[in-house]
Amino acid sequence: MTALLHVADVSVSLGGRPAVEGADLTLRDGELLGLLGPNGAGKTTLLRAVLGLVPLSTGTVTVDGIPPDRARHLIGYVPQRHEFAWDFPIDITGAVLSGLTRRAGFPRRPSREERAAADEAVELAGLADLRRRPVGELSGGQRQRVLVARALATRPRLLLLDEPFTGVDVPTQELLTDLFIRLAADDKALLMTTHDLAAAARTCTRVTLLNRTVVADGGPELLADPQQMLRAFGLDRAAQEAAA
Amino acid sequence: MIDFLLAPWELPFMQRAFAVATITGLVCGVVGVYVVLRGLAFIGEAVSHSAFPGVTLAYAFQGNLLLGGALAGLTTSLLIALVSQNRRLKEDTVIGVFFSCAFGLGLVLASTQEGWSTDLSSFLFGQVLAVGPEDVWTAAGFGAVLVAVVLLLSRPLVAVSLDRETARAAGLPVLRLDLTLYAVVTATIVMSLEAVGNILVLSLLITPAAAARMLTERLWTMTLLASLIGGTGALAGLYVSYAYDLAAGGCIVCVLTLLFTATWCLAPRHGLPSRLRRRTRPALASEAA
Repeated sequence: MTALLHVADVSVSLGGRPAVEGADLTLRDGELLGLLGPNGAGKTTLLRAVLGLVPLSTGTVTVDGIPPDRARHLIGYVPQRHEFAWDFPIDITGAVLSGLTRRAGFPRRPSREERAAADEAVELAGLADLRRRPVGELSGGQRQRVLVARALATRPRLLLLDEPFTGVDVPTQELLTDLFIRLAADDKALLMTTHDLAAAARTCTRVTLLNRTVVADGGPELLADPQQMLRAFGLDRAAQEAAA
Repeated sequence: MIDFLLAPWELPFMQRAFAVATITGLVCGVVGVYVVLRGLAFIGEAVSHSAFPGVTLAYAFQGNLLLGGALAGLTTSLLIALVSQNRRLKEDTVIGVFFSCAFGLGLVLASTQEGWSTDLSSFLFGQVLAVGPEDVWTAAGFGAVLVAVVLLLSRPLVAVSLDRETARAAGLPVLRLDLTLYAVVTATIVMSLEAVGNILVLSLLITPAAAARMLTERLWTMTLLASLIGGTGALAGLYVSYAYDLAAGGCIVCVLTLLFTATWCLAPRHGLPSRLRRRTRPALASEAA
């Protein structure tokens, strides 16, 4: 089986400084890959490279064999919560429908299919009772679920999640973990950044440790290997120096 | 009372003033929703001031004043968009540089024109009582187009306002939508110059939308309320101006601000009484315990 997402030798510079260097990554349908690393390791930058939002200084990204800017219909994106204007006067259904705004055509009213897709996504995210609630009145966990629902409404094959577990309540963590596992079982590919090792070990089928470049890649048991973790988090040299 | 209400309608110049002011209020309300929700108030201010040199040039060469103002306003907003790409300078700094420059340039140009002070003051403070029949039709046509553009583009505009990054990832033309919105704001400002003038136009754009935001959590309701508040506020302001022989533009702005103050104080969930109640309730609860 060929991989859905191919990241080959990707480097990205932000303001002249290398943020990601020579990163390689593959992701197959049905996989749930955790992208782990310390703050500033380039996790979000790598996601943005996969979305085609930052220019690559080297390497290529393909989704289903085509460049990301032509594969947008295959990709769902869940950004960090602060990217969203929560003070906007809109309810959950409206926020989820906004994910279905298409580039061409600009029909004013959402079609019946779009409404059905949004309803289904709202239910998957466990927000069915709150659909008419303004987004400004939601808790952190509920907001995270709105962003997941918005991405799911496009019925993506590849779901990119940026720190979906940061600062959410326990019921939301459990709901999202279940949901992600079910999506993977349904042959969707999921790539999620996190610095929550426990959440990654619980959820992911595979993990990649990133510290500007890919340091290690393997099953979730990788997270139990302290040497790998120290390398990924840039602490190996510090540890050696301390030992010497 | 009825006589008071009907009297001004018998004067043709008042009929035209009512029409232009109400149309302007309605259109500004609709466009203002995005100005308020996107935090574009300062850009609005910049565009309205930067229309000034264009209007003066058009006056000097006897061209169309509105067209001159629109071109100058658009040029400035494009310059702002481009120069603020430099990350060392924040957008509001760039806006500050350009709009004061444009206004200064306008003053220099105006001072080369004879009899400029009358025209200058009509530009600065509006001349709604002096509009001709063709101005009413221009305002109506222009306004209809602007409202249509905003309504037609509302879905992508909402998507971009909610989350630029995800909108870009979804392939929406974010920069083009931004520029379109700036162009609509510019055009709205230029068409409002006649009613309230350059200095006060921001009030028509911001105040009705801000009042409407206090009253609702739904975009469509907010749009509807903002245009209603803008339209009726402009109409009521003109009445006050007529009844007491006061400056028309100033009266419109004062009435709108009164409406805003009323909604700020009395809004059902976000107004003053509800906030006070929320503040005292925990105190009462702790006393009871």
